[in-house]
Amino acid sequence: MGRKLLLDKAHIEGIRYFDVYRKNGGYAAAEKALKSMSPDQVTEEVKKSGMRGRGGAGFPTGMKWSFLAKPEGVPCYLVCNADESEPGTFKDRYLMEFLPHLLIEGLLISSYALGANTTYIYIRGEYAWIPDILEEAIAEAHKNGFLGKNILGTGFDLEIYVQRGAGAYICGEETALIESLEGKRGTPRIKPPFPAVKGLYQCPTVVNNVETLAAIVPIINIGGDEYVKYGIGKSAGTKLISACGNINKPGVYEIEMNISVEEFIYSDEYCGGIPNGKRLKACIPGGSSVPIVPANLLLTTAKGEKRMMTYESLNDGGFATGTMMGSGGFIVLDEDQCVVRHTLSLARFYHHESCGQCSPCREGTGWMEKVLKNIEHGKGKMSDIDLLWDIQRKIEGNTICPLGDAAAWPVAAAIRHFRDEFEWHVLNPDEAQRRNFGLAHYADPLPVAAAV
Amino acid sequence: MAEEKKLFKVKIDNITVEVEPGTTILNAARNIGGEVVPPAMCYYSKLDGSGGKCRTCLVKVTKGSEADPRPMPKLVASCRTTVMDGMEVANITSPEVLEARKGVVEFLLINHPLDCPVCDQAGECDLQDLSYEHGVSGTRYEFKRRTFEKEDIGEHIKLHMTRCILCYRCVFTADQLTEKRQHGILKRGDASEISTYMRASLDQTNFIGNVIDVCPVGALTDRTARFKNRVWFLKPVDAHRNCEDPKCCGKTVLWMRGDEIFRVTARKDKYGEVEGFICDTCRFEKKEVKDWVVEGPRKIARHSVISQGHYVGVHKPQETVARVMDGRQPKLLMDIHTVSEVNMPQVDLSQLEGPAHSTDFPTNKGVQ
Repeated sequence: MGRKLLLDKAHIEGIRYFDVYRKNGGYAAAEKALKSMSPDQVTEEVKKSGMRGRGGAGFPTGMKWSFLAKPEGVPCYLVCNADESEPGTFKDRYLMEFLPHLLIEGLLISSYALGANTTYIYIRGEYAWIPDILEEAIAEAHKNGFLGKNILGTGFDLEIYVQRGAGAYICGEETALIESLEGKRGTPRIKPPFPAVKGLYQCPTVVNNVETLAAIVPIINIGGDEYVKYGIGKSAGTKLISACGNINKPGVYEIEMNISVEEFIYSDEYCGGIPNGKRLKACIPGGSSVPIVPANLLLTTAKGEKRMMTYESLNDGGFATGTMMGSGGFIVLDEDQCVVRHTLSLARFYHHESCGQCSPCREGTGWMEKVLKNIEHGKGKMSDIDLLWDIQRKIEGNTICPLGDAAAWPVAAAIRHFRDEFEWHVLNPDEAQRRNFGLAHYADPLPVAAAV
Repeated sequence: MAEEKKLFKVKIDNITVEVEPGTTILNAARNIGGEVVPPAMCYYSKLDGSGGKCRTCLVKVTKGSEADPRPMPKLVASCRTTVMDGMEVANITSPEVLEARKGVVEFLLINHPLDCPVCDQAGECDLQDLSYEHGVSGTRYEFKRRTFEKEDIGEHIKLHMTRCILCYRCVFTADQLTEKRQHGILKRGDASEISTYMRASLDQTNFIGNVIDVCPVGALTDRTARFKNRVWFLKPVDAHRNCEDPKCCGKTVLWMRGDEIFRVTARKDKYGEVEGFICDTCRFEKKEVKDWVVEGPRKIARHSVISQGHYVGVHKPQETVARVMDGRQPKLLMDIHTVSEVNMPQVDLSQLEGPAHSTDFPTNKGVQ
C-alpha cells in the first residue's frame, strides 16, 4: 500500500465540511505556518521539499515562488489554476469536489508565503457545480477565522475569490488565464514579461495548479525534509494520477512516485489491469498532449530498465522513445483501439481549442485534422503521412504558447511509433473501415541493443 | 550634461550593431538594414502591443547575452524580444530559421485566397512580398478554404475577411487612434474573424481610415478607390495640406494619373509602416489637386512593381522626328480616342461611383 499525503482522509464522511476537516487535523498546517514560520521560511520549506509543479510542466514550485518580483507598494497575486481542461485529466476536480478545505488551506499558506492578500481560483466553466462547493467552503473558513482580516491574530489578511471560465482549453495557459481573469479575450500573452514580474493587472503573479497548492499542506505538516523522502530522486512526493481508458478501475489514484508503470496498470490497488483479458497496446501517461507510447516502450525504457511513474523515468529517452509525466492523465489503450482514430480525435480537439492568435497553430491544427480525417476515412495518401510530420514539425516550438507544442506532440508520437498502422490505413482503405489494425508488434519485447 | 547611456552590443548574422537597452531584435536589425531584417506581418512600430502573432520574424538566439551565454531553446519572435548585451542572433544565416519561416508563410497562405489579380492591394501587399521572397511556388493544402462574405464596414471601408491574416493591427489602430473601438476579433482558431459583430459602421471617428493603411493584405480597402486603378498605373506624389485636425500630420501620398487623384494614403516607409497617421477627411474627401500642396514625385524602390513605367534617372531619347522633318510635326493617322470605347479623356475615372463599366463610356457616335 503506497503512502498517501493528499487523499489519505478523502474517504471520511463529511470531510467536505469545515468541522469534519478541522477535527481530522485540518488547518493545522495553516496554524503552524502562520504562527511559527516567516513567509521566507515557508518558501524555503517548499524549496526543500523539491516538489515540482503538478500542472504539467513540472517546474519546481519553490523556485517559481522565489522568482516573484516584490516591488514596494504593488500588490501581488496568487492565482489557482483550476482550469483543468486537458483530455484525460480530472484529478483537480476530485480534489476540489471532495477536499475543498485542503485547497483553501493550501491557498492560505501559499498566499502567506508570497505575501498575496487577494487570491483567485480560476475554475473551468464546465465544472458547473464545483464553484458552489468552493464558495461554501470559503464561507465556512471565513466564519471560523481562517480567511478575512487578521487571520489567527497574525495580522495577515486574505480574500479568496472563485472565478469561472467560459470553457476554453487555452485559458489553462497561465497568461491566457490571467487575460481571461482580467475580463479580456483569453489569449496567451507574449513572454517576457513573465507573470512573476507582470501578471494579473500588471502586478507580480504566481499561477499554480490545484494539486500543487493542495500539496503545500502536507509539506508544511511533515516538513520539506520528510516530503522529499517520498518518491525517487527529483520526483519528490506523491502525485495524483487520473487513470482512464481500457482499465478495470478508472479513477483518481494517489501514487508515491516510486512504483513502476506496470505495477500501476496491473496491480489491484490501482488500475486493476485491462478488462476482458485484452492486451495493452499503447498509453498516454500524462494527459492528451504528451506523446503516446506503445506498450513495449511504456513498460521498459529503451535502455531495458523498468519504467517508473516518475518525471525522469517517463521522460527517459526523450521524445524518441520516452514521453512525459504531464498533468497525470493516464489514458490506456487496449489492442482494440485504433491509433489513427485516436490521433484524429486529439487533433480535432486542438483544432477546436486553438485561440487563433498566432499563425502556425491557427492554420496548422486545422490542416492536421483534415489530413488525419482523410487517412481515417480511407482517403489518405502515402504522402499524407510525411505531410503530417512536416506540419507538426513546423508548428512545434514556433508558437506563442505551448498549445502549439501540445497539438504537435501527439501527432508526432503517433507517426513515430505507429507509422505502420497509418500506412496500413492508407494501403487498405476498405479493410480499415471494417476492422482495426490490432495489437501488431507493439507489445513485442524491445530488441536488445548489440554491444558496441 | 546628459548621462551617457550604455549601449548594448548585438551581433546579428555576424554584423555587430550597438543599440539602446530595451530595443527589440527586429529594430536592432533594422538599424543594420538590408537582408538581415526579418520580415514582419503583424508588428507595427507605431502601434503599442503589436507583434508576436504572425511568427514570420522568428530568429534564433545563439547566445543569450554576455552574462548568460546559453542559447535560447526555441526560435523567438524578434519583434517582441529585447536585446541583451552581447547577444548573438542568427537570422538568414540559420537554416532552421529559414525553414520555420517557410512554414509560417505556407500557413499564412492556407486560407488566403490567391485573388491578387482582382485585389486592390496587389503591388503593395506585404504578404505578396513575403511569399515571393520566402514562400514556395505551390501549396500542399488540398481542402476547402475558409471564406466569408464581403462586408461594408462604414461608408468608406470594405472588409474582405477572406483575405485577412489576423495580424490584429487594425484592432490596435482603432484602440490607439480612435476614441472607441467598434470592431474586434470574434470566435477563435481558424474560425476567428475581424468583425463589428452588430454590423456597426466604423465611421464615427475621424481616424479609422488608418486601418486601411496598416492592413498588410487587402482585407481592408478604401471604398472610394476600390477597383479604380492598379497601383502600378498610378503615380505616387508627395503632398501636404494644413489639416484642421491637430492629430493629423497632413503629409500624404496622392496616387494620381494625369491630374486626377485616385487615392490618398499616408506615407509609408520601406518597411510598409506609415510615417504619420492621417485623418479621414484628408483620406476620403480631399480628392482635388487644388486641396493639396504638391511636393513632388515620391521615391519608390526600384524593385517595386509600383515603379514600373516610372523611369527614374533615365535619359529620354532626343525627339528626332521633328528634326528630320524640317520642323514639321508628324501627322497623327489615328487618335486612339476616336476608336476606343474606353479610356476617354472626357470621363473622369476617379469620379465614377465604383468600378468603371462600359456603360460609363458613351459610344463614339454619342459623343462626337
